[in-house]
Amino acid sequence: MDRIKKFFSTFLLFELLKGMAVTGRYLFKPKITVHFPEEKTPQSPRFRGLHALRRYPNGEERCIACKLCEAVCPAMAITIDSEQRADGTRRTTRYDIDLSKCIFCGFCEESCPVDSIVETRVLEYHGEKRGDLIYTKEMLLAIGDRYEEQIAKDREADARYR
Amino acid sequence: MEYFQQQFITLFGAEWGAMLYAFASNMTFIFAIVIPLLLGVAYLTFAERKIIAYMQIRVGPNRVTFFGIPWLRGWGQPIADAVKAIMKEIVIPTGANKFLFVLAPVLAIMPALAAWAVIPFSPELVLADINAGLLYILAMTSMGIYGIIIAGWASNSKYAFLGAMRSAAQVVSYELAMGFALVCVLMMSQSLNLGDIVNGQQGGSFLNWYLIPLFPMFLVYLISGVAETNRAPFDVAEGESEIVAGFHVDYSGMAFTVFFLAEYSNMILVATLTSIMFLGGWLPPIDMAPFTMIPGFVWLLLKIAFILFLFLWFRATFPRYRYDQIMRLGWKVFIPITLIWIVLLGAIMQLPESIRNTFPLSIWF
Repeated sequence: MDRIKKFFSTFLLFELLKGMAVTGRYLFKPKITVHFPEEKTPQSPRFRGLHALRRYPNGEERCIACKLCEAVCPAMAITIDSEQRADGTRRTTRYDIDLSKCIFCGFCEESCPVDSIVETRVLEYHGEKRGDLIYTKEMLLAIGDRYEEQIAKDREADARYR
Repeated sequence: MEYFQQQFITLFGAEWGAMLYAFASNMTFIFAIVIPLLLGVAYLTFAERKIIAYMQIRVGPNRVTFFGIPWLRGWGQPIADAVKAIMKEIVIPTGANKFLFVLAPVLAIMPALAAWAVIPFSPELVLADINAGLLYILAMTSMGIYGIIIAGWASNSKYAFLGAMRSAAQVVSYELAMGFALVCVLMMSQSLNLGDIVNGQQGGSFLNWYLIPLFPMFLVYLISGVAETNRAPFDVAEGESEIVAGFHVDYSGMAFTVFFLAEYSNMILVATLTSIMFLGGWLPPIDMAPFTMIPGFVWLLLKIAFILFLFLWFRATFPRYRYDQIMRLGWKVFIPITLIWIVLLGAIMQLPESIRNTFPLSIWF
């Protein structure tokens, strides 16, 4: 009996039709694609995107050139030069991040004692020629100025766990 | 039509005029077939990407549009693809046989387009109404394999050669089952003329179509058609996960596109033949008022579209066959089934008149 059953289900293509019914059903299912530029997936406050250098509310840059981020960076993407400023404080003269080396591990952010270097939620940046992805101190500070509101809010949201 | 014929005769004289008129009218008809066919191929690729995407809960191409019209989003994709393919360089590998390498795509597409000459689109609309239409179709569809074999050989690459060999063996074995399935059709219709085959299915409703008395042959023909055109799940000739892209690894730009065109126009051809042989061609499903008002050409297009949708559905559903299983299916399953069915059909046709005229048989015989 089983053999007869098997014979007929083979010759009537029963299993193939079952498979086709599955794909046929899926044809009418609502699609789960996120249409990227118009729609975006939700981001965590811990999202690790483009880097930024922050300032204190009075406009003074936070970075004190301790070079912890440079030391911890596993990809060696950060280059820092420092000097004493006229008022006696220690500041960076050069703070470059090579984003083509960066692996977005977030160690720099974690190591920073003054919350100066942070990673923002920005992910849609690009370079058009070689060197475009080496971000200098001015560029990073500008990013920080631009997104300060969002950055502060994300730090606030995550403060309990830090 | 006759007015144009008169004009040609007055312009060029009786003998030359008639000849030139025949040439001009044939050329017009050929272009009227080939240009919509190539457009159909372009939009078949779009339909394929869309339908398979939908079956995988994606949305498929939805960006390229015409003049920024939002509801046409995605519809410009095949045109954009074509422009890209035309702009690209045709790389000819150093070790390749240059002449054969260039010849192969031409050999692939030529029979795929030539076979359309005998396809009847409606009772009157046929380019070459020849009596051996079915033989011509069989000859042309088996010619396409030369393009693939020569492409695989001329590329001078192992993967291309493997793909060509696989494709050759597969097409040859499925050609047999396909031919036997068509023998059943021609036994029923008693004619090799495709127009006569469709007319033989006339008689009131879809019950008269050869689909019903020849249902196993319909399945065999459809599956062999999928195998003939090297489509998934029989696409071992390309097998991108095994042998990169098979016979067309080394082709790029327009040369590759020509292979692509050949594959897809072969698909449309097999769909058309299936609808002509088994689904009653241009005949409406029921010979009554609302159905007969739609022209036969539209019915044929609808049937072709349905079969093509099946092709895409197969591709979205089934994993690729293992090579030895393909051969097993072709030689050990399909050929015996078709042979048995031929004998059975012959026996039914030899039954005495009185039995053949009883109810279920009287519809078909």
